[in-house]
Amino acid sequence: MAEFIENIDMFLKGTGETLYMTLLSTLIAYLIGLPLGILLIITDKNGLKPIKWLNVILNAIVNIFRSIPFLILLVWITPVTRAIVGKSYGTNAAIVPLVIAAAPFVARLIESSIKEVDSGVIEAAKSMGATHWQIVTKVLLSEAKPSLFIGSAIAVTTILSYSAMAGFVGGGGLGDIATRFGYYRYNDTIMTISVILLVIVVQVLQEIGMLIAKKSDKRN
Amino acid sequence: MSTNTIISIRGLTKTFLSNKNTVTALRNIDLDIKKGDIFGIIGVSGAGKSTLVRCINLLERPDSGSVIFDGRDLTKLSEKQMQQERRSIGMIFQQFNLLMQRQVWKNITFPLEIAGLSKDDAKSRALKLLNTVGLSDKANSYPSQLSGGQKQRVAIARALATNPKVLLCDEATSALDPGTTKEVLALLREINKTLGVTIIIITHEMSVIEEVCNKVAVIDKNNIVECGNVSDVFTHPKSEAAKKLFFGEGVKDKSFSKRCCRIVFDGSSSFDPVIADMILQTGEAVNIMFADTKNIDGKAYGQIIIQLPDGEIAQKKIISWLRDRNLSVEEVSDIG
Ligand SMILES: Nc1ncnc2c1ncn2[C@@H]1O[C@H](COP(=O)(O)OP(=O)(O)OP(=O)(O)O)[C@@H](O)[C@H]1O
Ligand SMILES: [Mg+2]
Repeated sequence: MAEFIENIDMFLKGTGETLYMTLLSTLIAYLIGLPLGILLIITDKNGLKPIKWLNVILNAIVNIFRSIPFLILLVWITPVTRAIVGKSYGTNAAIVPLVIAAAPFVARLIESSIKEVDSGVIEAAKSMGATHWQIVTKVLLSEAKPSLFIGSAIAVTTILSYSAMAGFVGGGGLGDIATRFGYYRYNDTIMTISVILLVIVVQVLQEIGMLIAKKSDKRN
Repeated sequence: MSTNTIISIRGLTKTFLSNKNTVTALRNIDLDIKKGDIFGIIGVSGAGKSTLVRCINLLERPDSGSVIFDGRDLTKLSEKQMQQERRSIGMIFQQFNLLMQRQVWKNITFPLEIAGLSKDDAKSRALKLLNTVGLSDKANSYPSQLSGGQKQRVAIARALATNPKVLLCDEATSALDPGTTKEVLALLREINKTLGVTIIIITHEMSVIEEVCNKVAVIDKNNIVECGNVSDVFTHPKSEAAKKLFFGEGVKDKSFSKRCCRIVFDGSSSFDPVIADMILQTGEAVNIMFADTKNIDGKAYGQIIIQLPDGEIAQKKIISWLRDRNLSVEEVSDIG
């Protein structure tokens, strides 16, 4: 406890950095992953507008980036990170690999949420003269809303655990503290505190996501 | 095509490609549906009913043939024009297909919303329609809080929102119990009468046709095998498929002795106990070999096959008693 009080500033800063990295990366990952996931769905052979070549290419990109382990991706794309952020270490630098790893993951989450929408409802919308765009916005996304919120809770927690790995390359945050003190200096207490804080942050974010999902679901 | 024909289908063919096999769902269909009809399309599972109805609003694009709706060949329209045209063709489904995350009234405004109507106008129209289908108190409920029959009423209100000329119903009562089915069918009849909406009902149940339709087409093995007024097709089915649907499988297997008579009830006589009266009044006994009669609006439809008693006088007595009552009587030796 004494060590926690002594280092409270460091832990607060670490928690802040972790939240900043996680939430900003999640936001950007959704900006890329949401349209990507929708495109995966509508260009599918059973989709609203099947476009085989585009679907094959998008699937390939998503699969490739999904199969690279995060730590390796982190190191591999260092030149890209440097080109975008200007440096290859620090909190902002960590956001680049986080987004690149998370966007394809988010796309898959979006895809699987939208797939749950009953095809009969889509058919009904078509029978009323809905355009593809109206079907996407007013039927697919709005009917899948609860599932999309659950997906975002999963995305946030996954990105948070990636962000802890970014500590290895000086990305900041709680993962960085755990790595520096626990791994390099054998300070078990600080490491344990970092881990506990990480668990708390993950749980809180997850519960918020699940609560929103449950609140938004009108099916029961 | 006469001016009071609303839908005219000519030479419509549709095949599906599944696992490298081509499946013919519809073969060279011709069909005319008049304004104001409640037109039933009946057939066994896999006959092609759903495909046919989906070809009418082009949810399924036919391989060949034309679908003339209100004077326009829909198969010639672009996707954009077709989207516009679909507002004149409402559709309801077996599984209701309501938007589960929207309140009841917002389900009904949905087609108006996508048609670009203002929110206020859409809402007042939705509330009016909810009144029409008897669900005013459920406006703010979500579909999951409704019974099957109520869901279908909402779906009907939604389908009527854009003032369609035609309402397509694909097995709309198949997920409902018999009582609720009757209520929903009564609502459809009401809508047909008061709003003049032409209704096309797809079903595999003869009882649904009897209940509401004035016209029926029998579809069998991807083809229309019989079509006409319900009372004609029902009393004198010509095709094997129709006979099977109306009288079941067993009929053909029964064999009757030489002097058998078929009494056909075509709706011109009232539904009272004809056979009992006949036996009482003629004092002759008959053997009922087969009977399938239905009471529709107090009128008798269907047929009864009786085995006549021995003796020519007794037989004549019975036949003339029946003829006196304007029943059609014919001698049969085999009712294939
Ligand atoms: N999308 C599809 N792909 C492949 N085959 C199809 C498709 N839709 C229908 N079929 C085939 O077309 C035929 C007619 O199907 P359809 O759904 O129109 O029958 P139905 O009369 O509505 O049957 P049911 O009473 O079971 O609903 C069937 O042989 C079916 O397997
Ligand atoms: Mg069907």
